[in-house]
Amino acid sequence: MDKIFIEIFNLLAITALVTIPFLNTKWRGILTLTCTTLQISIISILSISVFSNGIVEYFYSGSWVTGLIPIRIDYLSAWFILVISITFFTGVWYGVHYMRKYRDQPDNLALHAAAFTLLYTSLIDICLVQNGMVLLVFWEVMALSSFLLVIFEHYKSTTLKAGINFLIQSHVCILFLTIAFMWIKVRTGSFDFKSISLFTSSQPPIAGLALFIFFFIAFAIKAGFVPFHTWLPLAHPAAPAHISGIMSGVIIKIGIYGMLRVLMLIKSDMVTIGYFILFVSLITALYGVMLAIVQHNLKKLLAYHSIENIGIIGIGIGLGCLGLGTNNQWLLLAGFGGALLHVLNHSLFKSLLFFSAGNVFLLRHTMNIESLGGLIKKIPHSGYLFLIGSLAICGLPPFNGFISEFFLYNGLFHGLSTGNFVFILTILFTILGMVIIGGLALICFTKAFGIVFLGTSREVFPDESTIEYPQSILPLYLIGLFIISTGVFPWIFSPYLIQIVSQYLPELSAQVKLQLVENLTHFMIVGQFSLGFIFLTLVIYFLRHLVIRNRAVCQQPTWGGAYCASTPKMQYTASSFIRAYRKLAEPILSVKREKREAEGLYPQYIMQRTHAHDKIETWLIDRPLFLIRKVLKSFVFLQNGNIQAYILYGFIFIGLAILLPSLISAIALIIKFLIHL
Amino acid sequence: MISLLLILVMSLFFSGIIIRTKSILSGRKGPGILQPMLDILRLWKKGSVVSTTTSFIFQIAPTAYLASVIMAVLMIPHGDKPGFISFDGDFIMFAYVLAFGKFLMIISALDTGSSFEGMGASREALFSMLVEPAFFILLGSFALFTGQNSFRDIFSSLHYGSQISYLLGGLASFVLVMIAMIENSRMPLDDPKTHLELTMVHEVMILDNSGFDLGLINYTTNLKFAMYGALISNFFIGLLPLEFSIPMFLAIQIGFAITVGIIESFMARFRMGHNPQFVFILTSVSLLIFFGVLLVLGKFV
Repeated sequence: MDKIFIEIFNLLAITALVTIPFLNTKWRGILTLTCTTLQISIISILSISVFSNGIVEYFYSGSWVTGLIPIRIDYLSAWFILVISITFFTGVWYGVHYMRKYRDQPDNLALHAAAFTLLYTSLIDICLVQNGMVLLVFWEVMALSSFLLVIFEHYKSTTLKAGINFLIQSHVCILFLTIAFMWIKVRTGSFDFKSISLFTSSQPPIAGLALFIFFFIAFAIKAGFVPFHTWLPLAHPAAPAHISGIMSGVIIKIGIYGMLRVLMLIKSDMVTIGYFILFVSLITALYGVMLAIVQHNLKKLLAYHSIENIGIIGIGIGLGCLGLGTNNQWLLLAGFGGALLHVLNHSLFKSLLFFSAGNVFLLRHTMNIESLGGLIKKIPHSGYLFLIGSLAICGLPPFNGFISEFFLYNGLFHGLSTGNFVFILTILFTILGMVIIGGLALICFTKAFGIVFLGTSREVFPDESTIEYPQSILPLYLIGLFIISTGVFPWIFSPYLIQIVSQYLPELSAQVKLQLVENLTHFMIVGQFSLGFIFLTLVIYFLRHLVIRNRAVCQQPTWGGAYCASTPKMQYTASSFIRAYRKLAEPILSVKREKREAEGLYPQYIMQRTHAHDKIETWLIDRPLFLIRKVLKSFVFLQNGNIQAYILYGFIFIGLAILLPSLISAIALIIKFLIHL
Repeated sequence: MISLLLILVMSLFFSGIIIRTKSILSGRKGPGILQPMLDILRLWKKGSVVSTTTSFIFQIAPTAYLASVIMAVLMIPHGDKPGFISFDGDFIMFAYVLAFGKFLMIISALDTGSSFEGMGASREALFSMLVEPAFFILLGSFALFTGQNSFRDIFSSLHYGSQISYLLGGLASFVLVMIAMIENSRMPLDDPKTHLELTMVHEVMILDNSGFDLGLINYTTNLKFAMYGALISNFFIGLLPLEFSIPMFLAIQIGFAITVGIIESFMARFRMGHNPQFVFILTSVSLLIFFGVLLVLGKFV
């Protein structure tokens, strides 16, 4: 039964891919929509049934290259499949509307539709398959299809550049994955994931650690952990809005899936791994949000914020590992539970934010925060939904972001009273980091929302008719509904979380499981207080309404300090809003400032421009590239455009290749002779 | 329940006591203790002027601000008697609910499109980011000290054994007083009575609010003061029975209000640019408390 479901799922994708070339643009859109929706419903039914009916497992015989191909849907896979499916569902419905703008590029759209179907299918298949070789194939399909999706506007040079950057980094990721799987294959003779457990449990912990590092780097590139994050802020602004949302919502989460999967399999020193992940994640989260604040491009800001959220998820994973290593149930549940919930939550609010940013782009054709303003009057639905997303991403109650952060804080505060000095200090600095991250996120999103949607427009735009149609807004409302219901009724997810977390404890006694369930209810209780908070606010608002119903209310322009000719240019800008923060953070970030002061008797034009550089990008990517290019430049004489010279190189190469064995033996002979001398 | 009532009662007098203290210290007669509350009542009876630039956010923000503070007040216990809401990790929600109110106040300031209010909003966002770590580390220290994880459990199992723990209690009160001053934008950080918009934080954010909403905001400020006062008093009430704890609560609250008055009378406002450094000091003081706790528990290696 399950096998048929999965095969239908894949067949649907193949059918869609084959059919797309024969249709016109309108039907291509309809086909992609129906196909993806069907796929989503099939696979969601399957994964929900996994939670009630237990793990699905069956095998394909495979070939001599791959060996036996196991298909396993365990609770972790099912959770990620559901998360991916929710985002793709809203993404495809929003995307069909968003892409209407590009109706004049039918070929481009066809490629886009095909790549979209391919991406969804490969992402789901990555969660299903548990064979290293096949996983690599799907991983490659995913990397290529997401590359195609990112470079939709390939006629813009920045987009193409960002896309190529993404492509290269994806392949570095695949390189590390290949090394790790090859290592396992060579040592155990199997690509099955179970051989990872077999291999690491028979080796000293250090081997497991080394293997983990390879996996970690691969998945960290995909997920965007610092210092492997540099593709994210480039790729997100370049892609169309629905792709940015999907990319930030789920593609980077596949890295998290990989990490959680590997942690389930590797048997090693979990405490060291936990400290390591915690350290990297804290840096990731802090660095991400610190850079997010100083961005002037709305999508770039959101992209850096994805890095921050990946860091928060990573903190959860690190805590979970520490819980595993020290046998601390509470920490384990809070860590992994918080991370899993945050994966869901982040995919919800980040896709919501990107989709509403997409609506801003459709209206204004710019993402520059400094030139926007007052949009809440033009696109009210997107505005309020962006506000919900902002509140949720700052982790404020009663929205869903608070639930996952509450998990992590609760785990941290409980962890404080256990363990030794180093452990306590680690927890302390994690709390400190989390609090600072939360505060910085608040600055970041008050800036983003306040400047983009409130006040009045800072530049003059041609007046446009509305771009908010029911079909472009409904998917966003759906996400908003999910966000609030997750925030208020988090206990819906408790049974799922328990099942996933208990997978990390293979020998689980019934008593411990009961303990886990009880602990989880402690966490989930916060949802009902969030509901109470909503209720309280509504009651006070109602009372206020009753009181001021009959009061005189008059409309006046904003008070301008008795100055009556204020213009939109006089509003606070995004740069001035964060100026004090920028001054504080300047030693850590490198913010370039151009300034032209008023000079002379009749000053004409003054300006100030700030531009934040990613220091890690400069040192890790740009600088080495520059050096490599410098070295390679000295060989540029070889490329002289002379066909005869190229033929000569060919001959020299072939000659060397043929002569190489005899050359080596000659050298060996000489060395032997020298030794005997 | 008892704690909610006490805080509500105290919120009526709090800023009256501050103003009275200030007037006595500067040799004036000064208004009666209830005068600030009467001013708020007067505001509640008035109509309002709303800026044409604003949206619904400007309307809902004062309400949400008040709701967030009331929600936070509901979590505060009175010694070993739990607040209205008490659960594991309630102080996390306490801080985050307050942050929710602050978020809305900040964007409502930006909603008016005034550069004065943007300036205040920017400062409010920065200072609240800087002050939050101090609160969390303070609570973390006491969570570690008592091994408990909710306001009520922490305060009811807090007992002072050695001299170091008295020091910790004193330091904690200092940090909380300072947090309250920063959260309410009072003297060393910000002068609510200044007449220059460029140097204000909180007051400048609400320049465009008027009538009922302004009354709500002013009342919320009083409530917030009383809330922090209740938090401070909880460090000392412990398991005392009600007939001792209620007078003690009132005494501590009044003492707190008088302290605020004295600070405001004798201190000058800091330069705005130096405020972040000052706020960071609080975090280091709470780190000091944390290490003190480690020392008391013998976990310091």
